[in-house]
This record gives sequence, C-alpha cells and structure tokens, in this order.
Amino acid sequence: MCIFIFEVKLIKKGDGIVMEEILNILDKEKDNISRAKIAQMLGMEEKEVAAYIEKMEKENVIVGYKTIVNWDKTDKEVVTALIELRITPQRGEGFDKVAERIYKYPQVKSLYLMSGAYDLAVTIEGKSMKEVALFVAQKLAPMDSIISTATHFVLKKYKEEGIVFEDDEKDTRQVITL
Amino acid sequence: MIDLDKLVSPVVDAIPPSGIRKFFDIAAEMEDAISLGVGEPDFTTPWAIREAGIYSLEKGETHYTANAGLMELRTEICRYNKRKFGIEYDPKTEVLVSVGGSEAIDAMIRCVVNPGDEVLIPEPSFVCYKPLTIMAGGVPVIIETKEEDNFRLLPHQLKEKITDKTKLLILPYPNNPTGGVMSRADMEAIAEVLRDTNILVLSDEIYGELRYSDEPHTVFSSIEGMRGRTVVVNGFSKAFAMTGWRLGYALGPQRLIKLMTKVHQFGIMSSPTTSQYAAIEALKSCDNDVEEMCREYNYRRRCIVDGFREMGLSCFEPYGAFYVFPCIKSVGMTSDEFCIKLLEEEKVAVVPGNAFGECGEGFIRCSYAYSIEKIQEALKRIGKFVERHKK
Repeated sequence: MCIFIFEVKLIKKGDGIVMEEILNILDKEKDNISRAKIAQMLGMEEKEVAAYIEKMEKENVIVGYKTIVNWDKTDKEVVTALIELRITPQRGEGFDKVAERIYKYPQVKSLYLMSGAYDLAVTIEGKSMKEVALFVAQKLAPMDSIISTATHFVLKKYKEEGIVFEDDEKDTRQVITL
Repeated sequence: MIDLDKLVSPVVDAIPPSGIRKFFDIAAEMEDAISLGVGEPDFTTPWAIREAGIYSLEKGETHYTANAGLMELRTEICRYNKRKFGIEYDPKTEVLVSVGGSEAIDAMIRCVVNPGDEVLIPEPSFVCYKPLTIMAGGVPVIIETKEEDNFRLLPHQLKEKITDKTKLLILPYPNNPTGGVMSRADMEAIAEVLRDTNILVLSDEIYGELRYSDEPHTVFSSIEGMRGRTVVVNGFSKAFAMTGWRLGYALGPQRLIKLMTKVHQFGIMSSPTTSQYAAIEALKSCDNDVEEMCREYNYRRRCIVDGFREMGLSCFEPYGAFYVFPCIKSVGMTSDEFCIKLLEEEKVAVVPGNAFGECGEGFIRCSYAYSIEKIQEALKRIGKFVERHKK
C-alpha cells in the first residue's frame, strides 16, 4: 500500500515565501549546496529552484558567494583591522560619496554606516600591521571629510558569518533504548 | 548463597528487555557505520537555555524545589500552552513537572490502573506504555493502526476494543515511530466514542511541536468534554532539544495531578532544579529556536521521504515527530533480517518496526534527527542494499 501526498504547499504560497526559504538555506549552509539538494529540501523541482536563484542573482538579491577562510591555518599572513571613522557629511550627498571613495580600495573588506559614537566602520585586510597602519595614515586619514580614525587590530577570529572557526561539536548521543 | 532468581519480582522479570540495544552496540563499534537509529534531536540545546542553567548554578540554586516544580516554571508552562495550543490550566493545581515525559506517563498509569484494568494502546508506538501498564498490574490491549489509515487511531477500531474493564486509552500522537498525526477532526471522532464512557485518556504529546502540515497541533484535552478525563503529557526533550536535562510535565484535572504528585513526591522528590531554571528560559525566549529546528527537520523529512520512494519503497509521508516508517515488505525480508543484514552489509543502523509492536513488522524506523549529509549517505547505502535484495 503506497500513499503519495506530495507537498505543493510551498509553491502555492507564492514567490516571496519560496525565495525567502531558498535564501534561508543558502544563508545557513556552510558548503556549496546544489540546486538539486535545495529542491529536495523544499519539495520543489530542481529547475524551479535554479530559476528562482537566477532571478535573485539578476536582481542583486543574491549579491555574491564567498568562501570563509581561516587564514591562521595557512602560511599566508593576514592582518585584519576594524577602523572607526568620524566624518563630516557632505552637502547633498551625505555619507555616500565618502563611503564610495573608501570602499573602492580593495583592501577594504567591509564598510558600514553606523549609529552612535562614530559614522563609518571599515574592515581592512593587509599583509602586516604596518601595511594596514600605513593605509589608514596615507589613504583614509587625509581624506577631506574625515575628522578622526581609530584603528583596532583583530587578534583572533572566533566566528564569522555565523560560522565558528574551531567548532568541534561531535555527535555524542549515546545508545539508549528508543 | 542467596537465590536472586527466586526473590525478584516475576512481573518485572518477565518483561523482555529491548532487543535493539544489543544491535546498536554492534553499530557503535563498527567503523564508519551510520546510524539513523537514535530517537533524539541532534541539535545541542540552544545556548540561551544552557546559559540559564549555568547562571542558576552560579547563583547557587542547588536545592530541591517544590514537589510539583518551581511555581515560576509551572506558570510559564501554562502561559506557553495557552499561547501555542490555546489550552488553559491552573499552574497551582493542574501541573506537575516531571523527570521527562516518561515519568509523567508512569505516574499517570500508576495512579489510575487497578489490577486487571485494561489499557488501550495503539501500536506501532513508543515502547514504554506496555511495560508500565504491566508493572502497574494492568492488562495492555493493543489496537493495531495501519499504514493505509495513515497510522491514525480510528473510532471503529477503538470501539471494538472497549470492554467494561477498559480504564485508560493512550493517545501517542504525533507518533513515534510512524510520524503519524491526528487532526482535530480525527480527535473529535475519538472523543465521540469516549464521551459516554468512564475511560480516561493519557495523551502523550511530546512531539506536539514538531508538525509539518498546515494544520496546527491539537491538544486532546481541548476537544469538548475531554478535559476532565485527560492527562496531557509533554516535555522539553524533543521541542527544545533538551533530552539530557530530563524534564517533562503533565497537565490534567486537579484530582489526578494531585495523585500523580504523590507518586512523584515519594519516588523522585522534585525534578532537577538546574533543568527547571533552564526550562523557564526555554519557554520564555526560545520560540524562534524551536521554529528554526522544526524548519530544519522539515527539510530533512522531505529528503528522506523522497529518498525512500526513489528506491521504490512505499513510504508513508509523516507529518509529525522526526521519524519515517518505510515499508520493506517488497524486499522479502522480515524487519529484523533487513536491519541485521543492512548493518552487516552496508553498515547502516535503523530500527526494526516490530520493536514498536507486532504490527510494525514489515517496516523500519529511521530517524531524521541527523544532518542532511548523513541522511543522504545512509540513503545511498540503503538504496544499494534494497537494489541488491529486491525480489
């Protein structure tokens, strides 16, 4: 006796919900997850999933894909620093113009506009502390609208993008009678 | 030399131990064996809950609590049940905090079953109801539920088994091992049969949070006329991934809860204090964690059901708990044979369906409380096995 009740719930619920479900999976998954697997997880066709993803890539909802590297485990020397910037906003352009001038540098890994004691939070990566310090001193600090900078070097990364670097959670469940 | 064989209780002695245990010991020693056997969440308890437990220890909350449990916890349990399931209980008189759901099941059975009383147990179901009934001097009466009925208990099946000795009906839904659920309409049909009887109900709703259909879980006592005869058992193990904390609870009429508290008081004293403090946090702030885990189980559920169907096995679509119960009759082996050979040949451990009652013969239980990677690897191996042996 075989009973087939396939779930069509998701598809009926409309595009917004499906896209959110797909994004949730992509956002959480540590590995490169295949379209086929996402389709199975959501009870959809692979083709449909691929189409949704393509659409979201086109619309820049999915901005990009990136690998999270623990550089400490390699021979490459990578120094990361968080820099707080205080800025004078420019007439008519606010912070956006300054932000653009900053994020165009490839050394800048992230840039956020903040509320609170300072305005922009910049993450810089470089080969050495000196390189990072010089970048701040020579490129950032002299910009017209920048009032002050404060540089904090990262000593150790524990977790990034929701992923713990040294995660040793094993399956410790013991055998128990049901 | 004292002869213990002559001195031990023949009732307890005659209860067979679970045959599964030995089987899993073998799996544990095998290298690269995959188990889909364990019936507990793979998630670690959400951090907020663990931290609340730790904090309670730092504060020195290391004493017994009131027998029925911390008042604050009982209050939160009632709030939670109202919020989630729309049922109302009085934290002062209608709640008992127990050591896991199991202890509440034991206490309930002991409080109402007299020697010779019949207890109706739908099967396949969790393994504890039968032994606990026997140990209380009761007579287990099995009702076999069927795959073609989605493993629900149907009113006519219930009616057939009722005698003037029937004392108690166990309602184990959402069901371990089948994943079957009872909708509100299904429960109403059962209530209709019970309405003019004196039969009590023990509704084991430990998997109530883990539902994957649009219809939300219905608590049996919310059906009209059932509250006064029903004890609802629930707990923290499954929904909050807190198995090791050993904490559950019973909700029921004051008269029964008072009796159960007596059993609990003499056997247990009070449930673990650290766990109780942690559980308060679970109820107050972890709805999102539960939702997130449920969503993840649902992903896995779809993968595993798909996987078994692709092998050509009949696999009932479960809408609750975290088990699938595929039928392996087409492979031409008994459940035991299938499981032993599968372990030997492909190193995958699953549980034979007959461990959950004779009518589970011809099925296997697979838990999907495992990562998708593990599930997919296990499916690949089971697929090879089925392909090789299929008649």
